[in-house]
Amino acid sequence: MNIHTEKNEDNFKIYLDGDLDASSCLLLDKSIATALEQGEKKLLVNCSKLAYISSAGLGVFMSYIQEFETDHVDMVLFELSDKVKNVFKILGLDELLKIVDTEEEAMMVMKI
Amino acid sequence: MRTVMITRFKIPCSKDSLKAIRTFVFETLENIAVPDLESNMLVLAVDEICANRIIHSNEGNQSLFLEIVIKKEEGSTIIFEIIDAGAPFDPAKYSEPSLVKLIQEKRKGGIGLMLVNRIMDSLEVSTLGNLTVFRMLKKLPLAS
Repeated sequence: MNIHTEKNEDNFKIYLDGDLDASSCLLLDKSIATALEQGEKKLLVNCSKLAYISSAGLGVFMSYIQEFETDHVDMVLFELSDKVKNVFKILGLDELLKIVDTEEEAMMVMKI
Repeated sequence: MRTVMITRFKIPCSKDSLKAIRTFVFETLENIAVPDLESNMLVLAVDEICANRIIHSNEGNQSLFLEIVIKKEEGSTIIFEIIDAGAPFDPAKYSEPSLVKLIQEKRKGGIGLMLVNRIMDSLEVSTLGNLTVFRMLKKLPLAS
């Protein structure tokens, strides 16, 4: 898994490339934790190259839901492949996390 | 029911083995014409059990091994077995956690078995001497 981040004026982008499993989920955790430490409030997660996600990856996203609510942080995931989106749907996490189809929609949801 | 195909894969108990495990499962399912979306779900279920066994039951000890066996039965039943000599698992002591509670507690783990139970038709855990066997079944409509 390769993670590339990009700090912009009004958002913080996280690009996921590869498999998010038990061996790589800490990388995602660090990226989100770093963004929050830096005071970022709008996180855009580009999943166009996210090939696979397991419970380890889902768990990282889930573990921040409470904190996002408390600290008024917005996170949107976009360009998920069908097979990755299906995994979020199994436990209904697609309802608890913001997931849209395109980056454009993500920007609209975030009011950027 | 007659078994028409068996494939096996033995690999060290390391988190780094998970990718190879997924590739093995994916390629096996591709050979028996399981469609991509369904295949990914089955790969996920096997990954979840293997990750649990590697990390929790075998403590990531690379000198220990995990074996994955995939059997296709006549018809459309596929059986996945994950076998290792790690700490036993007692299904009677497992109760599914609440997703809401996991989120409130900011827990990163706890949903692996939940995913498996929703993907697979059945999950049984048994022991064979000092070995623990996780056996999962899935009945799928296959192309041919």
